[in-house]
Amino acid sequence: MQAFSDLLERLILTASRNTKIELMVNYFRQTPNPARGWTLAVLTGELDIPGVKGGSIRRLIEDRVDPELFRMSYDYVGDLAETVSLMWPGTRGANRIPPIDDVIEALLGATRAEGERLVAGWLDMLEPPQRWALIKMVTGGLRIGVSARLAKVALAEMGGVEPAEIEEIWHGLAPPYESLFDWLDGNAEKPSPDIKAPFRPVMLAHPLVTKDKRDDPDAVDPAMIDPDIFAAEWKYDGIRVQAVSERGVRRIYTRTGDDISHTFPDVLAAMEFEAAIDGELLIRAPNGEVAPFNELQQRLNRKTVTKKQMEARPAMIRAYDILVEGDEDLRTLPFSERRKRLETFVQKSSSERIDLSPLVPVTNLEALEAARNKPPAPEIEGLMLKRWDSVYQAGRPTGPWYKWKRDPFLIDAVMMYAQRGHGRRSSFYSDFTFGVWREGEDGDEITPVGKAYFGFTDEELKQLDKFVRENTIDRFGPVRSVKASKEKGLVLEVAFEGLQRSPRHKSGLAMRFPRINRIRWDKPSAEADRLETLEKMLPADPLSDKG
Amino acid sequence: MAGNTEHRDLYKGAMIRPDLLLHPTPKGLYCPPGDFYIDPVRGAVDRAVVTHGHADHARAGHGAVLATPETLAIMDARYGEEFTISRQPVEYGETVEINGVTVWMSPAGHVLGSAQVVVEWKGLRMVCTGDYKRRRDPTCRQFEPVPDTHVFISEATFGLPVFKHPDTDGEIRKLLDSVAMFPERTHLVGVYALGKAQRVIKLLREAGYNETLYIHGALEKLCKLYEDHGIALGPLETATLETSERGAQERFRGKIVLGPPSSFHDKWGRRFPDPLPCFASGWMSVRQRAKQSGVELPLIISDHADWDELTDTVREVDPEELWITHGREDALVRWAELEGRKARPLRLVGYEDESID
Repeated sequence: MQAFSDLLERLILTASRNTKIELMVNYFRQTPNPARGWTLAVLTGELDIPGVKGGSIRRLIEDRVDPELFRMSYDYVGDLAETVSLMWPGTRGANRIPPIDDVIEALLGATRAEGERLVAGWLDMLEPPQRWALIKMVTGGLRIGVSARLAKVALAEMGGVEPAEIEEIWHGLAPPYESLFDWLDGNAEKPSPDIKAPFRPVMLAHPLVTKDKRDDPDAVDPAMIDPDIFAAEWKYDGIRVQAVSERGVRRIYTRTGDDISHTFPDVLAAMEFEAAIDGELLIRAPNGEVAPFNELQQRLNRKTVTKKQMEARPAMIRAYDILVEGDEDLRTLPFSERRKRLETFVQKSSSERIDLSPLVPVTNLEALEAARNKPPAPEIEGLMLKRWDSVYQAGRPTGPWYKWKRDPFLIDAVMMYAQRGHGRRSSFYSDFTFGVWREGEDGDEITPVGKAYFGFTDEELKQLDKFVRENTIDRFGPVRSVKASKEKGLVLEVAFEGLQRSPRHKSGLAMRFPRINRIRWDKPSAEADRLETLEKMLPADPLSDKG
Repeated sequence: MAGNTEHRDLYKGAMIRPDLLLHPTPKGLYCPPGDFYIDPVRGAVDRAVVTHGHADHARAGHGAVLATPETLAIMDARYGEEFTISRQPVEYGETVEINGVTVWMSPAGHVLGSAQVVVEWKGLRMVCTGDYKRRRDPTCRQFEPVPDTHVFISEATFGLPVFKHPDTDGEIRKLLDSVAMFPERTHLVGVYALGKAQRVIKLLREAGYNETLYIHGALEKLCKLYEDHGIALGPLETATLETSERGAQERFRGKIVLGPPSSFHDKWGRRFPDPLPCFASGWMSVRQRAKQSGVELPLIISDHADWDELTDTVREVDPEELWITHGREDALVRWAELEGRKARPLRLVGYEDESID
């Protein structure tokens, strides 16, 4: 537990990606099996300790300290594991540190009651840093700035292999990954688990930057945007998935290889084919069109899904590419060939849950740019450009594919409320609710239209924090209400990807991906935008217009 | 009837209610019969009693300042000799009368010269701790609890049960181990200029570190003042560079440099080769705080009492009534409630947290 807790502590305090990788590589090199394998399972979120959850930890601490003092402490610290590790009434000097493999193996074989008792016993023995690591480990959700992907990159570096090689076999492996480490140590062959319907590492695109816009060696020459070189498709606002159905096994993976099949049994049932398809998972609206992302959101992150949910929000896949058909791996074929195979494939499939992503005609850059900003449906984020000769490569190669998102919408809004951030931002007011003007009973009034956190430089964060502290007119718990009148107020330029009607919001509107683009210290608050401006940006209601 | 009610409000031996002797005002804690403020926070006042030299407690411009000689010397060093018209030095334990109110100072263990202010009038004794700590500090007098206190006015900077500062020697060891482990890096240690800087230096010396320590210019005056008060700090050098000298920064490799934390983010901090940012503060026990300030090596060393020390001190002093000021008042009030103690949050504004910068 000591080496594990030191690793977590250093990872959380290190900002540099490369240093994080170095720390993990060193740890994996210096730590024997199976301890390092269990650590890897923790880092990649693959470890599920049944029984002991955040709720158990809460119960344990509330049995030991005053719940009111716990609430105040948690409110200040903002992280359950950290709060409990610091507050736990331990016995000083009783520090005996069990190794991580003993801890995990004991927990995996324990019932819930036993698990809680074990955890409580260890918390009594440990000092705060190890307590924190233990709680993080048993409850999952580390939030230490290391993704499963980064852990795999570190593994790849340790073994001198490509990360894609690890991703390809990952689903056939299980903690504590001894065969994987033996291979990476050079002491054994690469494990070849018999995975049915495996995940194939996904091909991703770079954002399009054209040579006339930026002096970037990877920028695209506008002359290259030619129908003989590039194909174009719409980029839909759903989630990118890989649907695989082979030898009687069907799986739906996210683009990072997470298996989300259980969340979409309706799509799974429709996968009557032997192939691996790359596409966008979308919800079909009653009128047959693509429903807004919000609808898809309602179906994500569910362990189980009810019949009612599936009927109200039927899921479908819009196919972009075909990677495997029957026994034939198509990834080495050029996109032009794969596209033909895909068209035939979708035609043959009689399911209404799988359709084809249409091509967008390519003439030149200007025409495409116009199309990009006027897509046929609001649920389109922009364009994808794919070279006709591109093979399907894992990762994000430069050159073959580009994504070209539509420009965000921009409005000037006035800051209304500020809330302290969490974690790194827990001492700064960094989450803001903003509003626009509208006509009220007594003249113009301000109505909230969205909330976003500010993610720019620390310097600007400090200035904003100062503004909030100096212009507070009221406080409600962690929230401060700030001056927002025509005479005094701070204008924030807000960028967002889309707008929807929402009866749940006071303004009747909901923004998608709002973020603060710029602080307009120069702009008088009276000149911020009005609600009417936003209403004009609303897409036509698909139900009333086309239904 | 009225007489009876009043009688019940009085503490044993006291002829008046506490509010008549001290009460919070927007300018700070005020004593009406003595006509003075303790650590006034806003604007100049005619007469101030100052607990210690930190800037949010000791401000310049008051008509008269009563404090320990060390605190007056610190104010002089920081603000220049005109910081007040009239200085009234009071040694620990020496009593003075201000308009019939008896005032004396008891050591607070926070920084050099820091004191608890004891105010007595008509049989009532009230003690205002200012900032204090209970741990050993080789650079100042140890905290001394005042017996028979009716009202104990405690600070609450670390007034949450999550603040439990570990053993200070262990934190110093952590720093020295890191210096040994990364001999090619410069350890930049963030310290407050008054108190923390000198304490960390002295603790490093006690731990056997005898090499030259490099200090930011902002620390010089106060380090000298401590030395003048008989606290030997060993070899110190200002961390300056002759810019013409190429590779001059190389001499900082493997060394310890101390400065105010804010200096590490400006140009001054960029001169050091491969710096490893450290910060010596009680806030460092919260990992997110460390992360937020870009600290890679948090050193949990505080000049304030932690939760256990705050609560133990209240139990030890065992006052009739606990008043709580600057910090997380609510949690300490809740604790007092659970202990069956009478407590009151003062909600004085103007004292800063021992802040990140």
